[in-house]
This record gives sequence, structure tokens and C-alpha cells, in this order.
Amino acid sequence: MKAYLTRRYRFPASHRLHNPAMSEAENCEVYGKCSNPHGHGHNYALEITVSGAIDNETGMVCNLSALDEFVQQNVLSVFDHANLNTLPAFSQQIPSTENLCREIDRIFRKGFNAAKLNKLRIEETAKNSFEYAGGAEVRE
Amino acid sequence: MIYLTRKAEFSASHYYHNPKFTAEENQRVFGKCSNLNGHGHNYTLEVTVKGEVDERTGFVVDLKQLKDILESEVVAAMDHRHLNKEVPELSTRIPTVENIAVVIWNRLSPKLNTAKLHRVRVYESDDLYADFLGEE
Repeated sequence: MKAYLTRRYRFPASHRLHNPAMSEAENCEVYGKCSNPHGHGHNYALEITVSGAIDNETGMVCNLSALDEFVQQNVLSVFDHANLNTLPAFSQQIPSTENLCREIDRIFRKGFNAAKLNKLRIEETAKNSFEYAGGAEVRE
Repeated sequence: MIYLTRKAEFSASHYYHNPKFTAEENQRVFGKCSNLNGHGHNYTLEVTVKGEVDERTGFVVDLKQLKDILESEVVAAMDHRHLNKEVPELSTRIPTVENIAVVIWNRLSPKLNTAKLHRVRVYESDDLYADFLGEE
């Protein structure tokens, strides 16, 4: 009996979209306001969807306290109230929300064993959201 | 194929307790949710059905009929009730949001005739929901 469970977390962070390999004019053209030298911030919302069989004894796909603890220790402790550009994960890549999806996916695939990560979704603002399923098609 | 989603809301109480577990195990696995006096949530249900548009009516499903089914099978059965004690299917399984989604699927699925049930999504809070898409 397979089901999907989605949990939502929130973390504010700042970033600046800027590629040093491009000229100032190119950065300005590609990233616009997002390239402002001092950066800017968002209230990110992260949705983690896990899937699997519902355990007969617990009624759960995934123990929520295990998921919350993993996210707290491995995701929120890194990204919450951080300047994304200063983190090792973004020393070689643009801290776009697409790349943030891939980083958080990588963190889960490396260390999370309590259930299968089905997909993750990040809202950068109420108008922009990104979904990533480890490179697979996003489906439900 | 067109997909149509209808929402419903219900408020209910529940607790998590597995009689096969010791008191310590229940506490360890279920934490605060194992308090036998129960606690409650405002649940939001989203039911998605799918089907072809009927050329004569322009509908995938008669919304009035869908609303009546949600009312009789879910809202009347679960709203302002204690899920462990008043919903028979949940007296023998833990009333997690995952199992509530399965129970609602099983209640709705046989009642739909024109459209086919695609997904049952149950929000326990703004930050937590479960999806069930039937046996995959």
C-alpha cells in the first residue's frame, strides 16, 4: 500500500546570482536585479515528498520525527539564515533555486535512509517554485 | 483526459497507539501523538477525479453528486468526531494522515461512476499532507 507524504519547512536565506566568468553587462542582462552586489533574500519554503509502503504497525510511510530531525541537522542548520553564496556548496555554482534543489537532493540521497525521497519542491517566492526528482520526470 | 479537484474540510481528534507495543515503545515511536486523551486537527481533503468531458454536459463529473458523496462518506463520518473511536476502519489501524487518505480512497472509489478517482490528498496541517493514488 504505497502512499506519499509531504512535509513543508521554511527557511529565510540570502543569495546573489552572479557569474564571475561573465562581464558585468552580461551578468546584468542575465540576472537583472538578482545580480545586485550586496545580494538579497527570500523566505524559502521547502517541501519534501517521501514515498513508500504504509507500515502496518505504525501507520506511517516515514516517521516524521526522523524526517524533521534529518532536515534540521542536515538542511536547516546549513541553509537557514545563511548567505548561500558563502557556503561550500555554492563556491563553484550559482545559488539559483534550481541548484539549491539539486544540493538538497544530494544531501538526502547521501544520508537519509528512513524512507525514499520521491521529490522535493522549493518555493522561492509565492510566484516561483521549483521541483526536482533526482533528474527523473516529476510525477505523482 | 481532464482532472478535477474538489476540496472538503473536517475537524477531528485522534491519537496513535499500537496495542502490540509496550507503553515505552508507543511513546518512543509516536511521541506526543500517543497521548490517549487524543488531540485534534483541521483536516483539508482534496479529491481529484479524472475522465473525459461529457459532450452533452461539458462535465467530467457532476459536481453536485461529488459534493454529496464527500459529504456523506467523509464529512458526516469524520467531521467533529474522534477518528479512533468513531470511524470503524480507523479503530484497527493507526489514524495517521497516510491511513486516513487510504480510508477515504476506499470509501469514495466504489461510489464514483462517471469519473475515476485519481488522487486523495489529505492535509493534517499546512505543513503536512499525504497522497494516495490507489494500488500502484
